[in-house]
This record gives sequence, structure tokens and C-alpha cells, in this order.
Amino acid sequence: MFDLTGKNALVTGATGGLGNAIARKLHAQGATVALSGTREAVLQELADDLGERAHVLPCNLSDAEAVDALPKQAAEAMGSLDILVANAGITKDQLLMRMKDEDWDQVIRINLESYFRLSRAALRGMMKSRWGRIIGITSVVGVTGNPGQTNYCASKAGMIGFSKSLAQEVAARGVTVNCVAPGFIASPMTDVLTDDQKSAILSKIPAGDLGSGDDIAGAVVYLASQEANYMTGQTLHVNGGMAMI
Amino acid sequence: MSDVLERVTKIVIEHLDVDAEKVTEKASFIDDLGADSLDNVELVMAFEEEFDIEIPDDAAEHIQTVGDAVKFISEKVG
Repeated sequence: MFDLTGKNALVTGATGGLGNAIARKLHAQGATVALSGTREAVLQELADDLGERAHVLPCNLSDAEAVDALPKQAAEAMGSLDILVANAGITKDQLLMRMKDEDWDQVIRINLESYFRLSRAALRGMMKSRWGRIIGITSVVGVTGNPGQTNYCASKAGMIGFSKSLAQEVAARGVTVNCVAPGFIASPMTDVLTDDQKSAILSKIPAGDLGSGDDIAGAVVYLASQEANYMTGQTLHVNGGMAMI
Repeated sequence: MSDVLERVTKIVIEHLDVDAEKVTEKASFIDDLGADSLDNVELVMAFEEEFDIEIPDDAAEHIQTVGDAVKFISEKVG
């Protein structure tokens, strides 16, 4: 099940914990992976660790031209691009009344606009081969909302609406477009929370624990696989039950 | 011109899976050959690759028939 042998995947934000876990799991299922992110040394370390079938493609997602070119570079490096995982994202949290234009613009540009650019550039090859997987990593807060994150939540909700529309455009060509929406995932960001903060968060999660990168990667592997052939325009919520949507 | 027509016709037949005799210069991709809007985009992409040219979006919108495609491509490659 979920055999990805012969498939070529591009993962953005592969320097982060989530991207790292996703790239590892796709690779473990047999896929060739192109790792993208801003910190080349971190990408190289991951590629070295994975060994064969791993390519490093540094890219700054706030540079529109670089984003447009990335899927083509990935296809050239691997021979084709079959699976796109748009995982990179940033936060610039602030109450709306204090939010600066640039906080809004940057979050929308990196989280949402890059998803549009990457998808558009990746589609040509996928349509031709009549097989493709576009997977956007969104967030539970894109659906529930979260104070202090109007920009982030707008970008993540935007990814979901984008995916549903694109899914309808390309479904007849064997290309599926889906999202995975993580809840609270253990990361360097959650490591620094105080015990009080942690227990406040955990009290809202029926599973009683934070999620791991592997939990998210499992959902991505499923959506990337042949087994998810008939699944499109959907959002898989992986959040330990904290929001049941 | 005839070479362009031949190559365009071949692409259209392959892509839209239609009979050769239906692919006349006057044939409209959508009205006569059963294409949808996505097929049109894909045909333009295929023409771009076959002839190694770029077809801008505003020009692509006006390519509705086999003859339109042949005319545009002939002007570009000619």
C-alpha cells in the first residue's frame, strides 16, 4: 500500500520539522524527493541523510520568479514532477488593529501566493502525464480561526478554497488537489511553551497529546498515493480531535 | 503551411481522439470537435511544444478553430 516507487515529489519548507518528516516519509515509500527551502545547508544535511533519490533545490518563496521556476527545476532534476507538497509557511502574528501591511502581505505571499504559483507551474507536466498530486499543507486554524492570526488564517483558508477550485478544474485529467490540516504539532515552537501554556492547549485536544510530524506525513503519503485516486478537493484534518469538521 | 496544417491536425486528432475527416480548417475545437476549455488550454500547450513557440494568452483566446491555429503558428514560425 501507498507505494510511491517511480514518483517524483517536490516538498517546500523541507528545512522545517513538518517538511522534514513529510520528505522522509515520501522517500521511505519509494519516491524521489526534491527538497526546497531557504537554508541550503539544512536541506543538504537531509539529502545526505536520505542518500539516493534526494535533490536539493533552495528557493526563496517570497521571490515570485524563483517560485515560478521551482517546479521546472524539480522536473529537470528528477525527470518529472508528479507530487507537489506545498508545505512552506510563515506566521507574523499580531492583533488586526496592530497589524502592519507588510505582516499581511508577507504571510499571504509566502503561504498562499506561492501555492498558486507552484501549482500553476507544476500542472503542465501533470496534465500531460494524466497523473498528478497537489497537496497543500494548511492548518486547523484556517477553518476554526484564531485570534492574532487573521493573516495566517486567511492564507490557510485561502489554500483550501484554492484547492477545491483547482480540483474541479483538473479532476478529469487524473490530477488530484487536496489539503492536510494539522492541529497542534510538536515543534521547536511548541518546545518553548511553559507547562501552563501546554496544559491549556492539551486540555482542548481529546487525544491528550500534541501531534508529530509523522502524523502529518502519513496523511500526505496517503493523498500522494494511487490509493487516494478518487479523493480530490478535500481537506484531511489531523489534529487529535481538537476540531471535528 | 501544409506542414503546419499536418502537424496541427495530428495533435488535434491525438489529443481530442476524433476522426481525421472531422479535423478540417473550419472545425471549431469546442463546437465541432468536442473540446472543453481545458482541452483548449492543453492544445495550445501542445502547439507551443511542437513548434517551439510561445502563444500568449490573448492570442490563445482567439484560436478557436484548426484554421486559427494554423494561421497563428504559420505567422510565428514562417
